[in-house]
Parts: sequence; C-alpha cells; structure tokens
Amino acid sequence: MSWVTKTLSSSLGRKLLMGVTGLSLIAFLLVHCGINACIFFNDGGETFNKAAEFMGTNWLIRTAEIGLFLGLIVHIVDGLLLWKSNNEKRPVKYAVNGAANSTWYSRSMGLLGTLLLIFLVIHLRHFWVVSRFTDEITSGKETLFGEMKEVFENPVPVVIYVLGCISLAYHLLHGFQSSFQSLGWNHPKYTPFIKSVGTGFAIIIPLIFAAMPIAMYLGIIK
Amino acid sequence: MEGNMNLTLKVWRQKNSNSEGRFETYDVKGISEDMSFLEMFDVLNERLITEGTEPVAFDHDCREGICGMCSMYINGQPHGPNRGVTTCQLHMRSFKNGDTITVEPWRAKAFPVIKDLAVNRSSFDRIISAGGFVSVNTGNAQDANALPIAKPDADEAFMAAACIGCGACVAACKNASAMLFTSAKISQLALLPQGQAERSIRAEKMVAQMDEEGFGACTNTGACEAECPKGISLENIARMNREYFSAVLTSK
Ligand code: SF4
Ligand code: FES
Repeated sequence: MSWVTKTLSSSLGRKLLMGVTGLSLIAFLLVHCGINACIFFNDGGETFNKAAEFMGTNWLIRTAEIGLFLGLIVHIVDGLLLWKSNNEKRPVKYAVNGAANSTWYSRSMGLLGTLLLIFLVIHLRHFWVVSRFTDEITSGKETLFGEMKEVFENPVPVVIYVLGCISLAYHLLHGFQSSFQSLGWNHPKYTPFIKSVGTGFAIIIPLIFAAMPIAMYLGIIK
Repeated sequence: MEGNMNLTLKVWRQKNSNSEGRFETYDVKGISEDMSFLEMFDVLNERLITEGTEPVAFDHDCREGICGMCSMYINGQPHGPNRGVTTCQLHMRSFKNGDTITVEPWRAKAFPVIKDLAVNRSSFDRIISAGGFVSVNTGNAQDANALPIAKPDADEAFMAAACIGCGACVAACKNASAMLFTSAKISQLALLPQGQAERSIRAEKMVAQMDEEGFGACTNTGACEAECPKGISLENIARMNREYFSAVLTSK
C-alpha cells in the first residue's frame, strides 16, 4: 500500500475525506440555493431559467459538476463504510443507554445521510436527468421552471422535499462544524465563529430550499 | 457504616472472555448514602462470599480518582450519572432508596471482558508504547530553567496529561473510538519542547496502533468529552489530526 492510500484508509484519513468532501458539498449547496432562489423574483421563472441555462452550458461549471459528483460518491461510500466498520467495534451492545451525552443528530449521521441519499435519487430523477439527458429543455419544449411547477403541483413531492430539507438541516447542523474539527481546525478564536456560521447555514439554507416547493404548491410563485 | 438505602442491582456476570455473559439481579440492603459506589459493591461481595458464591469481579486501585481502573457502565453512562468523576468518586447519595441500578462493563471490541465487570485495557498500553514517550539521555537531571516553557503551553500540556487512561471515552463513544485518549497522549508531548524529537513519527505510529487494536473512527459526537472524568477537551483530537497529517506528509 502506498503511503497515500494507507493514510486515507486510516481512521483519521477517512475522517479527513468526509470533511473535505462535506465542505465541497456545502459550497455546492450555497450555489444551488442561490440559483434556485431566483424563482422568488416571481417573474415567471425568467431569471431562474437564464441562470439554469448558464449552469447547464458553461464548460467550467460542467467540469466542476464532475468533481462534485466524484466528491459526492466519495462522501457516500466512505460514509457507509465508516458506518459499517464503526458498528462492528462494539459487538455486544449496552443494555441501557443512559442520559444523552451528545446530540441525537450527531449520533445519527449515517441514518440522516441515507435519508438524504434516497431523497437525492428522487430529486435527480425529477430535475437533473431531465435537464441533462433529455432534449426537453435544450429543444425549448420545456423550461426547468416549468418542470418545477409541474412536479410541485402534486402534494406528495412537496412533502418529500420538505422532509428532505429537514434531514439536510440536521445533517448540516452536525456536519458543518464537524468537518472543520476533522481537518484539525479547532481554535479558541475561530471555533465559536465556525459553530455559529454552521448553525445559521444549517437552518437558513434548508429553509430557503423548503420554501420553494411550498411556495409553488400554494401558487405564490407563478 | 450502616445506612438505610435498599437497592436492586442488575450486574453483568461473565465467567471469562470466551463465555457469554448475562445479568444477575441482587438486592442490597442497609447501604449508607456516604458510601462510594465501589464500597456498595464491597458490601455485596462480602455477602456473596459468606453465602459461598463467586463475588463480582471489578477493577479498582486508588479509590481516589487518579488511577483510572474503576470501569463501570452505570445506568447507561460510564462512571454513572455525575460529570467529571470516576466510579470510586461516585457516592450513593446520587441515587434514591429503592432504585434499580444496572451495571455493565465497558463494551468495545478492543476492551474484551476478562471477567464480570473487569475488561482488558492493554490496548491502551500498546498505543502508548507505539509512540507516547520521549527519549532522554541518562545522567544528571539538567537545570529546570534550561528549557523555557511558556506558562500557557505548560498548562495546556498538563491538562492533556491529566488523562488517567480509564477508557470512559471509548465506553461512551457510539463508535468505541479511542481518539480522545490517544489525542491526549499525543498532545501532552507535542506541546512541550521535550516532545519535539519524536514528534514527526509519534502521531503516525500511535494512530496506526489505535486502528490496529480495533477501535472505531471518530465522528465528532463529543460524547467522550462529556463523559471524561478529567475534562479532556476535543481540541486535543483536532491537534492529533494536525499532528498526524503533518507527520505523514513529512516523515521519511
Ligand atoms: S481521555 Fe478521559 S475518558 Fe478517555 S481515558 Fe483519558 S481520562 Fe479516561
Ligand atoms: S479506583 Fe482509581 S480512579 Fe477509581
């Protein structure tokens, strides 16, 4: 084994991988949220469609998209492997689990991540597949905004999306500050700041995301 | 020391590391609230001995919170319900007359049960032998002022050195991770000039040993810090991460 693979497969290396890929996914969420929030201009999706078209055609963005997917795959695979191997480290479980010494969501990152993965499959099927792999949008038959309106006419996807956003919020609540800790960035000067930014991010971003399907379903955005 | 507390104990009994364990229920009577939790076990054990049955095996040594031996997982928490104490420092006044108390051993793959509540923590010793030391020349001790150490550094190193190797961090962690312990042992040396000589290899070796022993990977839940009787901080784990990655990037 080379020293690189040895390092990255050690317990600390796998933690580092989770942290680095997690932070890149956080950066992606910020961009994704910013672009989608264009629907709140309530201009019939004009600004949003323009932004979406730019994201879909710009070569730099498309290259970054490949990197994003690789990061996502590493985050998922590494996360699932960690979940499995950590589970095996206590073969006989405790009979009693006493007063909480940590938050429930920090202990449930595997579960929250799995819920997010299920959500992601549904979400990618709804929008990403249509915009990248069919000619619906490029041929001008349909716009991404039109797609959104169509999907969110139905209450079932709206509920799924809101639940997805709740899982995301709790996943971020632990994940944001946790990734800094894994990178070794724990410092009395910066850690309180990182923690408050993380909490803000974990609440605000999912809230904006959740507002989109709700606003569309209620017809606030036309 | 007679008292008026009557309790029901559910204690994990296990013959040896190969056998399967199970809970036994005991009624203990006349316990004083001034007794420590271990003294309450002494009362139970004396009775078991006079009855001609096997007493409950548990680890203890100093009984004053400094050796780290008294591993007991009490009502779902390492060292019981109070923060910042070991089991020997836990007193019966923290419980109510009539309580049922469940006592389990530390449970982790890397801490196999020897008997009843006693577990084998030699995996910790092997982590320390892998790199938790400094090399010094023998001979006369040098002048104490020959190595200036800033007070904040000395204090921080000392805080890390307060770790007594009890293993409560492993017992509390959902992943049975030993990172709080290992990071404290790395930090106490990394922060001092005496620890610089082996610094570049120490973290690498100790982390490798920690993984080999079968401890889990940290997911930053913070349960270890909350349950540590010596208040070892998560900052040490972040320091270990820095030490480890700079070590692997530069070691030859
Ligand atoms: S870090 Fe704390 S809980 Fe872990 S072994 Fe040291 S003293 Fe015990
Ligand atoms: S017996 Fe020594 S710390 Fe409890």
